[in-house]
Amino acid sequence: MNLIQIFKMAIKSITSNKVRSFLTMLGVIIGVSSVIIAVGFAKGSTKNITDSLSTLGTNLININITGRNSNINLSYAQLEQFQQENSDIIASVAPQSSTNGIVKAGNKNRTTAILGTTSDYADINSVTVQSGRFLLGFDTDYNQKVAVVGTAVVNDIYGGANPVGQTIKILGQEFKVVGVLTETENGGASTVDDRVIIPISAATKLNKNAIIRSFSVKAASSDTVDSAVAKLNTFLLKIYKDSDLYRVTNMANVLSTLSTITGTMTAVLAGIAAISLIVGGIGIMNIMLVSVTERTREIGIRKAIGAKKRNILTQFLIEALVITGIGGIVGILIACCVIHFVIGGFKIVPEVYSIPWMLLSFGISLIIGVVFGMYPANKAANLNPIDALMYE
Amino acid sequence: MIQLTGINKFYSMGENKVTALNDINLHISAHEFVAIVGPSGSGKSTLMNIIGCLDVPSYGSYVLDSNEVSKLNDDDLAQIRNQKIGFIFQRFNLLPKLSALENVELPLVYQGLKLKDVREKAIESLKSVGLESRMNHKPNELSGGQQQRVAIARALAAKPPVILADEPTGALDSKTGKEVMEILKNLNANGNTIVLITHDNNLAVQAKRIVRIQDGVIIEDKGMV
Repeated sequence: MNLIQIFKMAIKSITSNKVRSFLTMLGVIIGVSSVIIAVGFAKGSTKNITDSLSTLGTNLININITGRNSNINLSYAQLEQFQQENSDIIASVAPQSSTNGIVKAGNKNRTTAILGTTSDYADINSVTVQSGRFLLGFDTDYNQKVAVVGTAVVNDIYGGANPVGQTIKILGQEFKVVGVLTETENGGASTVDDRVIIPISAATKLNKNAIIRSFSVKAASSDTVDSAVAKLNTFLLKIYKDSDLYRVTNMANVLSTLSTITGTMTAVLAGIAAISLIVGGIGIMNIMLVSVTERTREIGIRKAIGAKKRNILTQFLIEALVITGIGGIVGILIACCVIHFVIGGFKIVPEVYSIPWMLLSFGISLIIGVVFGMYPANKAANLNPIDALMYE
Repeated sequence: MIQLTGINKFYSMGENKVTALNDINLHISAHEFVAIVGPSGSGKSTLMNIIGCLDVPSYGSYVLDSNEVSKLNDDDLAQIRNQKIGFIFQRFNLLPKLSALENVELPLVYQGLKLKDVREKAIESLKSVGLESRMNHKPNELSGGQQQRVAIARALAAKPPVILADEPTGALDSKTGKEVMEILKNLNANGNTIVLITHDNNLAVQAKRIVRIQDGVIIEDKGMV
């Protein structure tokens, strides 16, 4: 008895009971598609985050001063000197002081983030302007009162008109607008677009108590990132004497931590979805058991005319496999549709189709077919032909 | 062809041991047409199950076509049923979802023949009962007589030496019943060994030899050659 004939038999018996076969498959369909959709969603969100992080560049190192009420302060001058001493591994340094405050133009005002920094900030953090210019070294050195504004601010207080050359009042002091930051993908909703950037010298004057709480550091190349991080740590430990008072982070570290987290998240989501696959498998077993009882007479006839145990066993197993196989394929198709039209269509997260997970969930659905089909198939194969023939 | 020696069959029903067959000795030669007759509960069904290799005796020897089958396992019995015995049942026992042709193909499929040979032999067998024109019909689209002829075609498909007919006319009207008996007689004339199991004397007398069984014992063996 060859496999083609068994497959034909299986398909015949599946198609002769369409509604029931469909309901049996439904468990697998839902299971497989939810695994793939969950994984697609998780991977899509991961992609979203890593994409936006990696645009910042992996040469970027951030120093955050976390210790509050500390009398020791790292000054920009200290760090600048440190950079010059280690220029082979550290390319540039930009200080950042930030506060929130009211900015005003004409009679319109807005509360926004005020970032004090230097010209190097643009290069380190890949910030560009869409009109005018960014801060220059000159602005910091000569204490110029100039400002580069984000588009959210422009849209709000200038009504979208180009503000370059106009004045802006920041915390009550007049500044000259010299440039407009390039609008990011997320538009005005992004915090990166809702800020004004002024020279660090002007920022310290505006707020005498302003402490520079973070620095952006750019390593000379991606190869020197690790040694730069190490040197910075030693340098900072010497100043603060306590490693809890500051934190040195690198994008590559952040990315790898993130990928561990999202990997776990993907596995958890897939695991939860996989439970529905198992439930689907139990559904198959249930229906197959009913089917064995219902087809007792058929099994008896087949045995009487010469079917061996393994013929009956394979017949029922193949039936279970065909059901889970078709269910798996339909599940994959439905998942692709959902990812394309719902997740992609509404731009919730980027569309990600994970081929390995598709193959995996398809494989698992086949395994479920074998595992949960085995018991009913075995029961059918072991029926006594006489009893089966007499069965009403 | 069939040699039963000292066949006993017991069933245990809870505490009680029921003797279905008690020391049956029966020899059926090739080309015979034997009717096994007995009232219900006489043990004729048990005897048929043993002759048909659907069941094995508790004691005794059963030689079919020079093979000792009383000690075989399930799969060997299945193979014997497939190759040596053609079953004709009272209620036809066709698979309702398969066409007449597919039903007839079934024993050949279990023999492991190639698809082409299976089809060829099945069609040939259907022709021999005159039903080749209806081979694509499902059993429920056929009359009772036609269904029984399909069942006969299925029994003949693998060209087994022994045809075992269990009340083959029981579900048919007298006219179609007569036709079925004619087919059986023809088969016997063509060399098949026919064993007919029935409670109906009028049917039994059409056989060349009548074996009467009652309470698990053969009480009469008439016309033995």
